[in-house]
Amino acid sequence: MIVGERKPLAEIAEMLKPFSKICILGCGTCVTVCLTGGEKEAEETAAALTLWGQKEGKNWDISTGTILRQCEYEYIDEYTKDWPQYDVILSLACGVGVQTMNTRLPEKIILPGLNTTFMGYPLEQGVWTENCLGCGNCVLDLTLGICPITRCSKSMLNGPCGGSQEGKCEISSEVECAWQLIYDRLTQKQLAGRMDEIQPPKDWSTSHHGGPRTMVREDVRVEPEEQTRTDV
Amino acid sequence: MNQKSKLERMFESGHFAVSGELGPPKSADLETVRHHAEDMRDYVEAYNITDNQTAIVRTSSIGVAANLIQMGLEPIVQMTCRDRNRICLQSDLLGAASFGVKNFLCLQGDHGIFGNESGTKNVFDLDSMQLINCAKKMRDDNVFIGGDELEHPLPNIFIGAVANPFADPFEYRALRLAKKVAAGAQFVQTQCIFDIDRFERWMEEVRKMGLHKKVKIMGGVTPIKSVGAARYMQNNVSGMIVPEELIQRIKGAEDRKKEGIKVAVETIQRLREIEGVAGVHVMAIAWEEMVPEIVDRSGLYPRPKVD
Repeated sequence: MIVGERKPLAEIAEMLKPFSKICILGCGTCVTVCLTGGEKEAEETAAALTLWGQKEGKNWDISTGTILRQCEYEYIDEYTKDWPQYDVILSLACGVGVQTMNTRLPEKIILPGLNTTFMGYPLEQGVWTENCLGCGNCVLDLTLGICPITRCSKSMLNGPCGGSQEGKCEISSEVECAWQLIYDRLTQKQLAGRMDEIQPPKDWSTSHHGGPRTMVREDVRVEPEEQTRTDV
Repeated sequence: MNQKSKLERMFESGHFAVSGELGPPKSADLETVRHHAEDMRDYVEAYNITDNQTAIVRTSSIGVAANLIQMGLEPIVQMTCRDRNRICLQSDLLGAASFGVKNFLCLQGDHGIFGNESGTKNVFDLDSMQLINCAKKMRDDNVFIGGDELEHPLPNIFIGAVANPFADPFEYRALRLAKKVAAGAQFVQTQCIFDIDRFERWMEEVRKMGLHKKVKIMGGVTPIKSVGAARYMQNNVSGMIVPEELIQRIKGAEDRKKEGIKVAVETIQRLREIEGVAGVHVMAIAWEEMVPEIVDRSGLYPRPKVD
């Protein structure tokens, strides 16, 4: 899932200063599951902002709503077609949702209420951890399911650096050394010999380093004349 | 230009080699670093020049190397993968070679979060293994990573790497050295050795694999300047092991500084006895003036001459 953290209230309040009628819009998928940008958090943010406004002498008119996925036009259209005229929408979606909303609703101002942090999963209740960078060239087959690009702080492909000690990464005793995990996993499967092979420099052009990416699937594309809605 | 580095020639002549280390300053005024280099002139074959060590911005390793070459001294240019992508690393390798740098030490680099620019973007386009291999291919196959050919050959660069017997997983550390040798490393310098028993266990593995015959291994030695410094290395520097007994020994000494030097000398003497150790790398950062005494008392002075 995509994980996000709500921006500090002071930062949100500052960006909302010029506006009066505000809609705080939750997103019903990833950020709901990671407990930062769903319906409940939209209401909490509204309540906190109302209090803040009262204290700071700012009389905001705040409503809330939620869209199942702010990153898809069909959900945006379904929920927004009859919307009243807000001055501004504070989106609690990830950066993908905020941008999709902006693209779909260019007449509106949509601001981000979250910092999108990473792609990851809930390690335990209340803890989420990053495990994919979307590099566009998956190597999880080599490492049996532990990503060295994401989980090694230095994205090393050829084994642990000299900063690995007692299973921890040099950057923090809270961070596991990915290469210790890989070594243990490969050893357990009697495949540790794999680490002897020199992995060549990675082709980063499949990642964001090749520029913003677009995926085209001609087989499922709809011919322009067949399209039922007009993309903005 | 085509002659091998002095360090490489020392090894070829069968001598036990000594290298020193210089940390560039946070300024373009290199007087102090030149002064330290001068003090060590007759005591080391070559000088490591750190590359923004611990991710602190300093004068570039290559910039200091140019100064050393002007002084008739031999640099070992450290190149980390943290701050430069493959375009810049390959370009800098050529640039440094253009004014006579022969020795390159390829390493991963401390993570940027440690330094004085903790908001930096860590590059890590290549890893240290790939950088070693890249240098080898530029020299031996005349080719860049992307496949283009060098317009002129790059002969006789001496490719170094680092090895850390004190990092984990311990049982993988000799294998990691083997991989670096396969990638092209000709000499390695180790992390500072304070736990010499563990170093010896690592060397045993290294010898079993025959690696000591394929790569020149230089043991890293750092004199302990104070109990505080030892404690700092023990608790705050990743990939280091500083045994408690050693700290207690320094603590209990009448003259702690003298004891620190004595420990360094003893370590070097013990390293000289270990089969497969081909030299020492003395890292006396912020205590550079002690290098001549350490080298002398270790029985390594005067340094042999090579052609």
